[in-house]
Amino acid sequence: MKGLDFDVAHLLAGGLVLISFMLLYQNRLYALLNVFALQAVVLSLSVAWQAYVQDANHLYVTAAIAFAFKAVIIPLALHRIIAELGIQRDVENVVGVGPTMLAGLALVALSEVVMLRIASEADVLAQEDLAFALSVVLLGMLMMVVRRNAVSMVVGFMSLENGLILAAAGAKGMPLVVEISVAFSVLVALVVIGVFLFRISERFETVDAHALDRFRGDQR
Amino acid sequence: MIVDLAFQLLQMTLVIAVAPLLTGLVRATKARLMRRRGPPLIQPYRDLIRLARKEAVVADGASWLFRFVPYLVFAATWVAAALVPTFATGLLFSWSADLIAIIALLGAARFFLALAGLDVGTSFGGLGSSREALFGALAEPAMIVIVFTLALVAGSTQLSTVAAYMVSSNVGLRVSLGMALVALIVVALAENGRIPVDNPATHLELTMVHEAMILEYSGRHLAVIELAAMLKLVLYVSLIVCVFVPWGLAIADASVADRLLGALLYLVKLALAGVALGVFESSIAKMRVFRVPDFVGAALMLGFLGALLLFVSRTLK
Repeated sequence: MKGLDFDVAHLLAGGLVLISFMLLYQNRLYALLNVFALQAVVLSLSVAWQAYVQDANHLYVTAAIAFAFKAVIIPLALHRIIAELGIQRDVENVVGVGPTMLAGLALVALSEVVMLRIASEADVLAQEDLAFALSVVLLGMLMMVVRRNAVSMVVGFMSLENGLILAAAGAKGMPLVVEISVAFSVLVALVVIGVFLFRISERFETVDAHALDRFRGDQR
Repeated sequence: MIVDLAFQLLQMTLVIAVAPLLTGLVRATKARLMRRRGPPLIQPYRDLIRLARKEAVVADGASWLFRFVPYLVFAATWVAAALVPTFATGLLFSWSADLIAIIALLGAARFFLALAGLDVGTSFGGLGSSREALFGALAEPAMIVIVFTLALVAGSTQLSTVAAYMVSSNVGLRVSLGMALVALIVVALAENGRIPVDNPATHLELTMVHEAMILEYSGRHLAVIELAAMLKLVLYVSLIVCVFVPWGLAIADASVADRLLGALLYLVKLALAGVALGVFESSIAKMRVFRVPDFVGAALMLGFLGALLLFVSRTLK
């Protein structure tokens, strides 16, 4: 049984990392949102499996929250935003797909090496979840760095937060209050970001983040 | 020993006899899906026989290499195909070389074919060779990484050992193997010039790769090259089947009846794979040539990721 517990957790967490790569690879906005929703579904499955393995009922609540917010509400809201902004066209990458993928692989390798060293006393499942969670967080950051379109930056930010939830589920004894407040702060962040997106597109008539560089003094 | 040798010879004849049939099956499936009647299943055999009877025309500027390459390519592919345990693992030759040797043999075949494409000096040949080299530069590392993943799981690069391990029940549920499977399918599509990468049914189009390289060949040379290409398709399908769908594979020391049953099952699996390939090719459009590196690069990335994840689970267990 121990073997199966570990294998399924490994499968789901590995799936999360893989979907992070799919997010990096995907260059159409609607498809990007669908992949993001898929990641949230896999995340909630992963958290539910942790709840089953650890016998911790409050994690089922976390899984339900993750599913409702990140697989349904946020993708729908982003769909609406994209439709209203009228930017259903392609996403541009700052770096090509190849270098981005290589950078992502390097980040995954880095987080495996770091986490397996640091958390070597922890439980096997927690240790493995932490390693994958750090990869998902770093890949989310990479996504925010390489994309120029503000909407895909938002998706990168949200997938970063998926990694945090995975880490929280793996570490035993994370109180439910903290998780709920994190979930709500993400929702608030979405609202704020949505308002900003509309302001940016109103002001610059684009959501390409390079349009903002002029105001920081980075002349290109 | 004698039995092993007999089965090795049976396997070698089986792959070569079945190769045109598999190609015919893929073509027939595609024709049916387009609501055409399509040529009969044995059409590729007839094509090969007709080509073999015709006179081989060799360009004036061609060197000796041009005439030798078809046989070299065919020999390398056939030897590589003989090393894959198609229906039984205890074949005589399979202990003499492992998966890396198979990749090397196919790489050598690719190298000579690209040289032959350049040899005559026509622009189409050079174009095909350069594209083949570009795809190969990505597909081969991806293949090597997939081999690493398999070797980490099974503890050997020997295909017989890998297949025997996959049949046994201690494989478990592994995300890395799924990634390796997808990566291997992508590599197989790219290596065989199937549809998202190259269209095997085209002639004289700017997007062709394999056909461009062999444009100057005719007669028996062309027949041998075509047969080698068909054999390569069987080789890749057998490779995928014996590693990822090994049920029914006769393990070493199996009885003769078991092995024959394994051969029958193998033919069924080949047919299923052929139909699946036909359906897949009909449902997808060909990519632009410059998007192919992204596609094959994704296979490379999947292979790497699988190896990394495997590294984690092995350190922890």
